[in-house]
Amino acid sequence: MSVAVPSPSTSTARTAAVAQPGIELRKVRKSFGETVAVDEVSLVVGRGEFLTLLGPSGCGKTTTLRMIGGFELPTSGEIAIDGETMNHRPPHRRPVNTVFQNYALFPHLTVAGNVAYGLEMAGVAKAERQRRVADALEMVRLPGVENRRPSELSGGQQQRVALARALVNRPAVLLLDEPLGALDLKLRKAMQVELKQLNRAVGATFVYVTHDQEEALAMSDRIAVMSAGRVLQLGTPEEIYESPRNRFVADFIGQTNLLPVEVVAIEGDRARVRVSGGQILTCRTTAGAPVAGPATLAVRPERLHLRSELGETGGLAWNHLEGTLAETIYLGTHTQWVVELPDGVSIVVHRQNRGPAERGESLGPGEPIAVVIDPDAATLLAE
Amino acid sequence: MVAPLAILLVHAFWSVDYLTIQRSFMLENFRTLLTSDLYGRVLGRSVAIAAVVTLIDIVLAFPVAYFLAKKVRRHREVLLLLVVFPLWSSYLVRVFAWKTILGTSGILNTFLLWTGVIEVPVSAFLYSKTAMIITFCQVWLPFMILPLYTVIDRMPNALLEASADLGATGRQTFWKVILPLSLPGLLAGSLSVFSLTLGDYITPTLLGGPGDQMIGRLVADSFGMSNNWPLGAALVLPVLLIVSILIWGAGRFGALGRTAS
Amino acid sequence: MGLPLMTALVFLLLYLPLAVVVLYSFSASEVARWPIASYTLDWYRELRQDREILAALRLSVVIGLAAALIAVVLGTAAALAIDRFDFPGKHAIRFVVALPITLPGIGTGVAKLSFFSLLTWEMSRWTLIVGHATFCIALVLNNVVARLGQLPRNLGEASADLGASPWRTFWRITFPLIRPAILAGGVLAFTLSFDEVVVSFFLQGREPTLPLLIWGRLRIGLSPEINAAATVIVLVSLVGVLLSNRLLRGGARSGEMATGTSR
Repeated sequence: MSVAVPSPSTSTARTAAVAQPGIELRKVRKSFGETVAVDEVSLVVGRGEFLTLLGPSGCGKTTTLRMIGGFELPTSGEIAIDGETMNHRPPHRRPVNTVFQNYALFPHLTVAGNVAYGLEMAGVAKAERQRRVADALEMVRLPGVENRRPSELSGGQQQRVALARALVNRPAVLLLDEPLGALDLKLRKAMQVELKQLNRAVGATFVYVTHDQEEALAMSDRIAVMSAGRVLQLGTPEEIYESPRNRFVADFIGQTNLLPVEVVAIEGDRARVRVSGGQILTCRTTAGAPVAGPATLAVRPERLHLRSELGETGGLAWNHLEGTLAETIYLGTHTQWVVELPDGVSIVVHRQNRGPAERGESLGPGEPIAVVIDPDAATLLAE
Repeated sequence: MVAPLAILLVHAFWSVDYLTIQRSFMLENFRTLLTSDLYGRVLGRSVAIAAVVTLIDIVLAFPVAYFLAKKVRRHREVLLLLVVFPLWSSYLVRVFAWKTILGTSGILNTFLLWTGVIEVPVSAFLYSKTAMIITFCQVWLPFMILPLYTVIDRMPNALLEASADLGATGRQTFWKVILPLSLPGLLAGSLSVFSLTLGDYITPTLLGGPGDQMIGRLVADSFGMSNNWPLGAALVLPVLLIVSILIWGAGRFGALGRTAS
Repeated sequence: MGLPLMTALVFLLLYLPLAVVVLYSFSASEVARWPIASYTLDWYRELRQDREILAALRLSVVIGLAAALIAVVLGTAAALAIDRFDFPGKHAIRFVVALPITLPGIGTGVAKLSFFSLLTWEMSRWTLIVGHATFCIALVLNNVVARLGQLPRNLGEASADLGASPWRTFWRITFPLIRPAILAGGVLAFTLSFDEVVVSFFLQGREPTLPLLIWGRLRIGLSPEINAAATVIVLVSLVGVLLSNRLLRGGARSGEMATGTSR
């Protein structure tokens, strides 16, 4: 890698974040009695950025979002929006609007009543209100439903109304709490694209909470992976996926082979490791990864290759592991190969199904096979 | 927000306050209460009648609750409303109606004469323990059906099917699955029926015979006719005590989760 | 015996007394004899001219309305407090509020009488109103707490999020959504107060309520006029129950709306 190319850690999104902060969390902590929900989270979200808080349930992502919205007060630390401290401002006086999980549409008001609610509270005149409600419904591609009740709309339509109701107030920050969770897969994919486009169109800072890693990868400028109240890694989708800093991130985002290894030698950003069973591999090392002793090697299944006839190509030249085929599972877009190493550790390989030839029916369970690893695709984890 | 809390506080005082009044009265009246075995007998009879009524209502209510909860699909709400309605139509009126039904020339006698079961009208239907028990059972029955319906309705059908699948007969499923799971509703209903019967004085007055006095009647008379408040107050104490113990006991079985009685 | 047959018999049992009362209110005979020989509307005519009964009816309506009104205001306020805040003794308070409908009427009646006497209050329509209000509060409270429990909690948050102060949130969102439950509770409270005898017996002043008047007359002997009065009471109750049921069901329907996405 040449020196002139910026390393992936200084992405444009992060530069923007530092230059023009939209939301700043400084050592924000929230505890409910004995349990700590959010543990000293510090985070800067750039103006207009699409940031996703990603993590399993109970990781503190929703609590973090609720503190930005003002529904929970931080136990300690500071929250600022556009440079102004928000700590003691009640929700109705913050420049923030929220799209709630399950939408929280007012059942007794019409769609227009729901969307106009925020404008009415802000004292916007009636004519102006009507115009902006129509515009907002147009923006979420749901015109002409003004006089219907929320209960008369489908889940996807309710979702759009919730979005219009929040965006019509032109908030500086839009919070989205798993807004697509109740929709079916197809609709969810379509809405992901739309949300991303809306984010660019309205220029508001979006903070999005989800436990769905695919959703996070598809929409976000940056992702903050959370677990047990802490942000474990903050970075672009590519950084998070390609260079997970620790075991949790590697395991939570996508599918990963995590192999127990022992570090034998370090040469620059390369490491030589011994996989249990004695085979030696070359891989990439990251800042903070162990320089000797036991460590964990992470490698994505789709970055691995398979070879059944190593002997003919002079096997030792390849960076590989030898084992036996345990099973193959056909999964439509790809086939999953499970290879068992001599010591019993399994390694999963994904192979795109481009044509009949690549399915490799010829190999049966128990036959010897080698897994070839690109040193750049295997990362030694920090924790 | 202060007003309701104040009222709630006052409320709490009523029960407590009431008991303190009790204490000062009790000393004078305790002797009367303990030396005369009339009160013991009346209390015993009241508890026995309340227990019998509760048992009969359980037997009557169970099939109805089960039928409404598990077998009826259409018009279930209407049927439920029909169960509730008698509760809200005057209690007095319903008790009074039984007097008409059970009277010498009433419907029951006429019916029995017509079918030939009896040859002369039976006057014993009215003014007897039987009359009281029949009336109590009918009047409080909805209080038993409703909580039972609620618990049975919540019982997943799969549970009953699983029991049958595992080889249980209908009878075994009832004793091993339905009954234990209905316990909270059963207790809640029993508590209502028992406590309402124990404290009543309308039915004993209208339908009871001279030897069938119940504790409620004695209390009412002490406050009304004989104007002996302290005695009445002392008499009501065991009733409250028994019911409170039952409420406490039922509460431990989760029977008080109901919203309205 | 089959379940449907058992159920039918129990329903028959439940409605037999009511049917008897209504039927005999049209019987021409003074004595409740079966079968009814001839029918008449005389008892209703007599009822209309009976000043005592009309006065009692008026008193019952006044007391029912007053008790229901007090119950609606205090019951709703208490329900909101219970729903919104966590405070020590919350369960104890719910328990205490429920006591007037859990304990036997004879106990609470005597307790209230003792308490009012302690305050040296003369028994009158006022003691009846306060006495009835205490058990009516529990009805409204239970109804409203149940309704509040059904409302998605984040509706209030959504309103605040859109810039509404807590006060405006209450009047624009919370109140319209719990109104059916409040009204239904109020109607039930009125119906219960209108029928109440056991507690009223201890708290009455010189003027009797309708049930108390009927009670007094029943103790002396049967009068077909009472059947007519009872039929009227049954009708009033019927209207009350239907009304409150309709209100509650309307409320439940908008409750479904609020969680319409859960399907």
